[in-house]
Amino acid sequence: MATLVVAEHNNASLNDATSKTVSAAKALGGDIDILVAGQGASAAAEAAAKIDGVRAVINVEHDLLARQMPEAMEATIVALMDGYDTVMAADTTTHKAYMPRVAAKLDTQQISSVTGIEGDTFERPIYAGNALAYVKSTDAKKVVTVRTTAFPLAGEGGSASSESKSAEIGDTGSTFVSEELTKSDRPELTGAKIVISGGRGMGSGENFALIETIADQLGAAVGASRAAVDAGYVPNDYQVGQTGKAVAPELYIAVGISGAIQHLAGMKDSKVIAAINKDEEAPIFQVADYGLVADLFKALPELEAELKKVGY
Amino acid sequence: MKVLVPVKRVLDYNVKARVKPDQSGVDLSNVKMSMNPFDEIAVEEAVRMQEAGTATETIAVSVGPAKAQETIRTALAMGMDRGVHVTTDEDLEPLAVAKILKAVAEAEGAELILMGKQAIDNDYGATGGMLAAILDWPIGQYANTLAAGDGTIEVKREIDGGLQTVNLKLPAVVTTDLRLNEPRYASLPNIMKAKRKPIDAKTPEDFSVDTTPRLTVVKVTEPKAREAGIKVEDVATLVDKLKNEAGVI
Repeated sequence: MATLVVAEHNNASLNDATSKTVSAAKALGGDIDILVAGQGASAAAEAAAKIDGVRAVINVEHDLLARQMPEAMEATIVALMDGYDTVMAADTTTHKAYMPRVAAKLDTQQISSVTGIEGDTFERPIYAGNALAYVKSTDAKKVVTVRTTAFPLAGEGGSASSESKSAEIGDTGSTFVSEELTKSDRPELTGAKIVISGGRGMGSGENFALIETIADQLGAAVGASRAAVDAGYVPNDYQVGQTGKAVAPELYIAVGISGAIQHLAGMKDSKVIAAINKDEEAPIFQVADYGLVADLFKALPELEAELKKVGY
Repeated sequence: MKVLVPVKRVLDYNVKARVKPDQSGVDLSNVKMSMNPFDEIAVEEAVRMQEAGTATETIAVSVGPAKAQETIRTALAMGMDRGVHVTTDEDLEPLAVAKILKAVAEAEGAELILMGKQAIDNDYGATGGMLAAILDWPIGQYANTLAAGDGTIEVKREIDGGLQTVNLKLPAVVTTDLRLNEPRYASLPNIMKAKRKPIDAKTPEDFSVDTTPRLTVVKVTEPKAREAGIKVEDVATLVDKLKNEAGVI
């Protein structure tokens, strides 16, 4: 039995999501290889070889893999699948975009956003996390995306073998044009130790400055509820929730967020949750370890001042 | 271009899903059902393309029970031209749905398939990608903005780090994300008009698609509830608790 884990990386460096996906693969048992598909991705491949429990790292290089275009990823992975029973990747936008293509080409039903694996049973949230489905696959090959917040880092100290392979990718009909990445000195949302998120209660995009100030004090990432994204306050890549990102930081601070189930699905695995909301009936207080019923426009400047007092 | 929009009837966005006591699934009896919100965005985009003259015909297709016809009618009331209803009482997996949609797309000669990035019931997020792969068409997932060109479509995509723009050769599949547009409400005259628009009735058998499920559902449970903590009096207490009790700052 062998699993192919597809690395999350930007060529220059490897994202922690890769190591967490390896943990999920370990739960399945069997050998684990990592595919680093990219362009000029040798640094990411070297980092992948150090992850504990990995047999081999396969580095496939191609122009069309520089940004892991879905059509090119499909061709690359399907060509490798003779040697594997399972292909597994994190449920980030990169992998979610092509994994269904791989599944369809293998005539397999994808098992999406897995949060637990026991034996041959996969646990996955459905209905925005309102229910958990436990499923088994009857397919010969399995295509699995995993919610990395549900799995720990695999640890380091491995010494996997490395090999380079070339990919044969024909005309994909898709051309990369440009990218506008959100520039931020703050930590990445899914990997941050502290996340502070704003909701519709923030009232405007400008008011997010109040949250950003505190994020910078704490070295935290800034997130948002779907309602805040829908209202146009912040870009979609801030979104925490079932249709956005899943996060599980040490501390999650929810500000002006009512706590719709779709938001809770993306943050309820946080170690500690603090919530500030003026509505004491807000559902967010049902999951918060520490709740403060207050007007956020008064509470946030106070929070800034109090944090300063304790050295931030 | 001819635009096909798959629409799914799902538990309404505002209704909390309840797990059946026998853990066989989510209880869908006597609850409000509506069009998957991401599909609604796809319908809106198709209608806008028609209004702008880039779409020549817009077809809504639903694979689902008899009542999915209401979902197709909603798409028609929003302005789409006609519907195709592939009737089945089974809860089909994305792979089977993709195979049926492929057959419909080929029969209709669709050049663009616009669809939701995921259905809010099963949350697989797989049908669009699967459909594109079995058609061997390129895909633009998580569209934020669309611009139709000559035989191409430019898709600005929502990605984890920001936005990415790709150019796809038609025919292509595009999946919608939240910020693509804000779907309109159907007006009463349009709802009346939609009742006279044609809907073709089909079954999975018409397309010789094997719909046998590949996954076995062992059980469906309620997630473990997180317990509520305490309310604090003021900001100073909050900071004190976070620092000295929880030790997270």
